[in-house]
Amino acid sequence: MSKMDLLQGTLDVMVLQTLSTMGTLHGYGIARRIEQVSGNEVLLNQGTIYAALVRLQQRGWIAAKWGTSENNRKAKFYTITKTGSKQLAADAAYWKRLTDVMGRVFAPAGEESK
Amino acid sequence: MKRLLMSLLAVLRGRSMDRELDEELASHLELAAAENRRNGMSSEDARRAATASLGGVAPAREAHRDARGLPLLETLWQDVRYSFRTLRRDAGLALFAILITGLGVGASATVFSVVNTILLRSLPLSGADRLAWIANLSGEGLSGSTVQVGQLQELQAHNESFSDVAAYFAFYGAGDMQLTGIGAPERLTGVPVTGNFLPVLGVDLHLGRNFTKEEAQFNGPPAVILSHLFWARRMNSDPNVIGRALTLNNRSFTIAGVLPASFDFGALFAPGQNIDLIRPFPLAPQTHRQGNTLSIVGRLKPGVSTERAQAELTVFGQRMRREHSDWNNFTPGVSPFREHLSGGIKPAMFLLSGAVGLVMLIVCANLSNLLLARATARRQEMSIRVALGAGRGRLIRQMLVESLLLSSVGSLLGLGLAFGGTRLLAGLETNVPLLAGVQLDWIAVWFSLAVAVATGIGFGLLPALRVTRLEASNRGASAGREHTRIRGGLVVGEVALACMLLVGSGLLIRSFLRVLDVDLGFQPQHAMSLRIDPARRFENAQQRDAYFREVLKRVGSAAGIEVVGLTDVLPLGTNRSWGAGAKGKVYTRENYPDAFVRIVSDGYFRSMGISMRQGRDFAATDNFSSPRVIIINETLARTLWPGEDPIGKVMQVDGDRQVAGVVRDVRHLALEKEAGGEMYLPIWQTGDYSKVDLVVRGTGAQRDLEGIVREQLRAIDPTLPATAFRSLQGLVDRSVSPRRLIVLLLGGFAGFALILASLGIYGVISYSVTQRQKELGIRMALGATGSVLRGQILGQTLRLTAIGLVLGLLASWGLLRLLQGMLFGVTASDPMTFGGALLLLTAVAALAGYVPAIRASRLNPVEALRMD
Repeated sequence: MSKMDLLQGTLDVMVLQTLSTMGTLHGYGIARRIEQVSGNEVLLNQGTIYAALVRLQQRGWIAAKWGTSENNRKAKFYTITKTGSKQLAADAAYWKRLTDVMGRVFAPAGEESK
Repeated sequence: MKRLLMSLLAVLRGRSMDRELDEELASHLELAAAENRRNGMSSEDARRAATASLGGVAPAREAHRDARGLPLLETLWQDVRYSFRTLRRDAGLALFAILITGLGVGASATVFSVVNTILLRSLPLSGADRLAWIANLSGEGLSGSTVQVGQLQELQAHNESFSDVAAYFAFYGAGDMQLTGIGAPERLTGVPVTGNFLPVLGVDLHLGRNFTKEEAQFNGPPAVILSHLFWARRMNSDPNVIGRALTLNNRSFTIAGVLPASFDFGALFAPGQNIDLIRPFPLAPQTHRQGNTLSIVGRLKPGVSTERAQAELTVFGQRMRREHSDWNNFTPGVSPFREHLSGGIKPAMFLLSGAVGLVMLIVCANLSNLLLARATARRQEMSIRVALGAGRGRLIRQMLVESLLLSSVGSLLGLGLAFGGTRLLAGLETNVPLLAGVQLDWIAVWFSLAVAVATGIGFGLLPALRVTRLEASNRGASAGREHTRIRGGLVVGEVALACMLLVGSGLLIRSFLRVLDVDLGFQPQHAMSLRIDPARRFENAQQRDAYFREVLKRVGSAAGIEVVGLTDVLPLGTNRSWGAGAKGKVYTRENYPDAFVRIVSDGYFRSMGISMRQGRDFAATDNFSSPRVIIINETLARTLWPGEDPIGKVMQVDGDRQVAGVVRDVRHLALEKEAGGEMYLPIWQTGDYSKVDLVVRGTGAQRDLEGIVREQLRAIDPTLPATAFRSLQGLVDRSVSPRRLIVLLLGGFAGFALILASLGIYGVISYSVTQRQKELGIRMALGATGSVLRGQILGQTLRLTAIGLVLGLLASWGLLRLLQGMLFGVTASDPMTFGGALLLLTAVAALAGYVPAIRASRLNPVEALRMD
């Protein structure tokens, strides 16, 4: 089975969720974390992470600070903000409802005729 | 809002954001590579795999850029579409706003193009900033301001400041060179220049080569370099013309080269004149003897200032006077070439720029006013949008987008107008240097764009801030009153600015009328002139004079012609002067009188309308075999023999000449300048002239006169190109053209300002009448008559106007002193002009207020009270 393409807008939620559970991370860390969590099922173009990061930053949902990485290089570290957490909660609820609905839509035909 | 700001910031700091991202990506790649190495990859593979999983650095950067900038553009686009929809509903207002910004931007872009061409844009010469004009400050007129060949040679040989010095022969005549042999015969204008003229100016030829040393010598092989325009016009831009021969004045000239299109000798040195070609001017004893003939341009050595050059040349001039006491005086005046070209027109350019700035301010005030009025009407819409959650920032942005939209569309219109305006100006026949090169270039387009944005924000910001605050507090009545106050303030400002423009243009218009009123000393109406000296050379003076006598006889006796005469120079054109001392008087070298010299025939004074004061006119019998005579003007008579009768006195000019008559002074240099000494020599007693103009005075229209003259001349010399008729009125018009141009532009601006100010007044008063309808209704119900209300509203109008007028007059009083140098015959505090501006503005304001006042006085109280 080939890897999944990401739906529009899902990457932002993944980034927020990652930061929410992991605390402060740099871009590479976020990318690796998403790949690991998805069980390597997601086809993540790591470069798009940075577009998502700047988008979230502009919306004020995450904050960024320069720091030093584990291998002693200058790197930007991201943290989720309070509004970001609120947004994540709203998004999570939305995704929950959406997956429920999608689940029902794609439910096997036999169940429907019951 | 925060997002908007950040996106805006992101757009502005694009480069530094790119840098930050690059750093971030670099550390990303390093981290990835490190992990890959830990998993056992070779360091080469680890790096490659890291880049692969990133998907490449460039795409990542693109995605980043899109993410941080695009949303701004997207919402902006929303705003633009929304603005389009709302403005379509208010088509009248939109149209008006577009129209007046269009006019404003059109005016400013046109003025900017002119200023840019004349003062700012670099000249079409390489290294033009090191070129210097070296004038001779010894006297007036061309003879006084030019130098002798010997002086130029001395200067070329001994100076420290200039890498080289070149010159052109300033006494070339328009139409001096007669072209024959290819197509119709045509009079061409060719300027003789020194061999190093083009290299010194920094002109690179389009085709061919510069003059050779041999060609630049006396009696060297004849050669010409063609102007680009002439080459295109007569040679069909044929690249193979180099080396071919051209027949000019019945001599064969080799075409050495073609000038580049960018270099127009006329635009730089002889505005309004078409120069068809240049030819070498030899620096030789033979040309030295012609006296002051050269206008000099020098190229300063790197690092040498004009001041240093001036200091050196001052000493040089003194040395010349000591070592060559038989030469003419040379008092060098060094100025940057640009300054020489446009220094004279600079104040006018500043004035026009200032005026156009004022016009733009009025446009902004007017549109602010309109939008404020409209904003009140949109209160409901704004409330709804606030209720739906639109923040103040979003609303301000929306309103600004609207005004920017209006101003941008307006400036498109303005660019169109400026395109037409610059074309019109470039085509004008004036003597303003460089004006012919005015065009709408990219810089002007950018400038208009900047003006559009500035005005859009300028007139949109105040209404935007006001309206959105209105929503925040939402207390209708008091806010409405404050509104009225702001709008009143804007009107006061408009009136003040319009007042300044009116006073300024009024002063210039009055100066212009004074100039036109100047007593020229001759009568330009019903007279015209034509260059008639033929190209062929005459064998001797008898033949030449016979030819001219024949012309005079034939044309003079034709029906419809009153009187004809000949002259070598017409007024307001070129001029030359000679020493003119009274015989028997002793003068020092410095004080030796000189006078402008004209070679004329009998009949000249009558054909020009120059009246005799004393003595007699020339006669056909004043020839080589009769006593040598001279006629002088009143000024020269007063200079030479103050308080004495000049008739019969003897002058030393080209030998002794007895004064036969005295004529009136003629304004010869410029309408604004006094005549100076003038003297007239009979044409039949000298051969010292290089061209001859026939002056014809007749009763009919100019075209009929032309026909008659052409017909008569054809009989005498069929090869004579009888096309270049010039009316004397045309000469006068040309000499006042810069003044006319400025008056026209400034007058136009002032008129525009007046209309805008009156519209502003009308808008405010009309709005306040509408707002106060209820109050007015009550007062009417309580017994106030229509005329009382009318009077009150008119009073309100005049109060606003009066405040504006006081401010405007005070500002004019202060600022317009700067105009002093451009005025003629009026003072900067001319009471007529100030009074006129005051009256005009008051009348216009009263008219603008009268219409709403009438409306108020006709209110039906019952209906007014029922309103709302």
